[in-house]
Amino acid sequence: MTMQRKLIALVVAGGLTAVASAPALAAEAAPPPPRVSWSFSGPFGKYDQGQLQRGFKVYKEVCASCHGLSFVAFRNLADPGGLGYSAAQATAIAAEYQIKDLDDQGNPVERPGRLADYFPSPFPNALAAAAANGGVAPPDLSTMAKARTYERGFPWFVFDMFTQYQEQGPDYIRALMLGYRDPPPEGFKLPPGAHYNEYFPGHAIAMPNPLSDGQVTYDDGTPATAAQYATDVTAFMMWAAEPHMMARKRIGLQVMIFLIVLAGLMYFTKKKIWHQVEKPREIAAGQDPDKTTI
Amino acid sequence: MSGHATYQPQSGFMKWMERRLPIGSLIHSSFVAYPTPRNLNYLWTFGGILSMMLAVQIITGIVLTMHYTPHVDLAFKSVEGIMRDVNYGWLMRYLHANGAAMFFFAVYIHIFRGLYYGSYKEPREVLWILGVIIFLLMMATGFMGYVLVWGQMSFWAATVITNLFSAIPGVGEAIVTWLWGGYAVGNPTLNRFYSLHFLLPFAIAGVVILHIWALHVAGQNNPAGIEPKSDKDTVPFTPYATVKDGFFMVCFLLLYCWFVFYMPNFLGHADNYIPANPAVTPAHIVPEWYYLPFYAILRAIPDKLMGVVAMGASIVVLAFVPWLDTSKVKSARYRPLFKQFFWLFVAVCIGLGWLGAKPAEGIYVILSQIFTVYYFAFFLVIMPLLGIFEKTKPLPNSISESVLDAKA
Repeated sequence: MTMQRKLIALVVAGGLTAVASAPALAAEAAPPPPRVSWSFSGPFGKYDQGQLQRGFKVYKEVCASCHGLSFVAFRNLADPGGLGYSAAQATAIAAEYQIKDLDDQGNPVERPGRLADYFPSPFPNALAAAAANGGVAPPDLSTMAKARTYERGFPWFVFDMFTQYQEQGPDYIRALMLGYRDPPPEGFKLPPGAHYNEYFPGHAIAMPNPLSDGQVTYDDGTPATAAQYATDVTAFMMWAAEPHMMARKRIGLQVMIFLIVLAGLMYFTKKKIWHQVEKPREIAAGQDPDKTTI
Repeated sequence: MSGHATYQPQSGFMKWMERRLPIGSLIHSSFVAYPTPRNLNYLWTFGGILSMMLAVQIITGIVLTMHYTPHVDLAFKSVEGIMRDVNYGWLMRYLHANGAAMFFFAVYIHIFRGLYYGSYKEPREVLWILGVIIFLLMMATGFMGYVLVWGQMSFWAATVITNLFSAIPGVGEAIVTWLWGGYAVGNPTLNRFYSLHFLLPFAIAGVVILHIWALHVAGQNNPAGIEPKSDKDTVPFTPYATVKDGFFMVCFLLLYCWFVFYMPNFLGHADNYIPANPAVTPAHIVPEWYYLPFYAILRAIPDKLMGVVAMGASIVVLAFVPWLDTSKVKSARYRPLFKQFFWLFVAVCIGLGWLGAKPAEGIYVILSQIFTVYYFAFFLVIMPLLGIFEKTKPLPNSISESVLDAKA
């Protein structure tokens, strides 16, 4: 088998295991997701505490019934640069969860969660998760905001290096949550158990439309719309995937200022040292460089 | 070549030391008095930048190994643990991951500079071949490091690349099984990649020492491509080259930190934040950007074995460049035809990089084939023939003269 054929065989095999989603290679072009102006984008971007707390509420009440958040611990809810809960508030949130553990005699028990515990997953294991969801386990959301993207293509990816546009993942995830069309466009053959989504590669997604207006109660006066839920829970997922982003950008600014000043000093030091060798002004003035001094 | 000053130990301790282990005079002759051509441009600072990047990769890498677990069930989790729970672990990992990309970026500039100014020609053939060996070791190291993350792209890159060896007639399948340590990419594969990813950087450091040794025996080439004739043609390494290298290192760090602090995942692939899953193949298996030109050459050839041979040959051919280039003139500055073919070659390499990221179908395959033909023709046809047919410009009498001509 040639490598190409082997690859195609692997892709097809992978596609068969992913029930209810058409092979991505055959995907018809999805429109680029609309760009959102996120509070965390750009060199001075910061998480919006209120938005993260609202997004967490959406995760807890909607997403958590199927999706895990296994790399995030309850203590992280009180970390600086994140949701901004106090240790007491985070402890109270942890206590709402039941965690599987062993008692002193080694018997399996369920006890209230503690700060050190991680978010419990909704299914006991990946097989159970797949069995309960038509053959595909709902993915864990811990790194989701960094694990999805859409192709920007040339020349846009070059410009992105300068504009620091790197929120392709969050833009795609938000668009996906709002991209359901029922019924699907005419002529589109939807596999059984799948749902039509404008932004999903191949358009046939196993996840049903998760959000509807008024589904989650916001207590800070933010409009309770599906679009707002999608934006907030996406911001929450970005925090879950990149909890130290604010520290990173803050230190980054300090490092850049330091390096720019150092580069300037190095440049003028270099000019001064090399003047003895280069003597550009003297040569430009037509003098013999050997007979001039600085 | 004569030096600018000889080493005179100042302190009593260094005098004592000099008679027993003359490390003071070694450092002095290598990094202080060592004569460097006075006309070097900023492209000559990339050797220093590469040494700095090797040090950065080794230091951040050693910190990462203290927290990483090379096991299929724990590798991805331990990387996330580094990102979340290790103090400044995110900084170490982003420095290391982006450091690899910056390392390759710098090495490509270094290699293109060597090609443009003929730095591989007599008496620098061994220096050049040592460089090709370093490049090969870097590719192996970078690939194995990428696998350690044990995300989807790690796993499938390991599968695709190790599978290339199955193209070897007869023993191919046996070699692949031996490489894997099993019948598929699995825990033994991850373990040995971890071991080798730790070992190879020190092998690189060893060859870098030989590379610098060979450099200090032959002396640096320079933009004029003529050897220094007197002390007027050279300046001592310190302070001249030191301060120039230092300035450009800081500029390079600015670029590096732009990615590390502001867009640390831009150069990576989103799929690698999905834990490795042997049952699900990503839609597109794409290597890191710095391997893309070679990946494009691999896929340009419809036959698997010939594709692998072509990809290997595209790197091995570099080692023969000192003998493939028949021109007596080193620098492209005095070679009008070579200069044009060179820039076309640079464009072709960038084009191959772009094609390597595209699916292997339709027009992309045809373009890859055309570019692959030019890639090899540049080395195997153009280089030997130009030396015979090209009419070169007159060379200056000395480096000093070339500098003064340029300034006047």
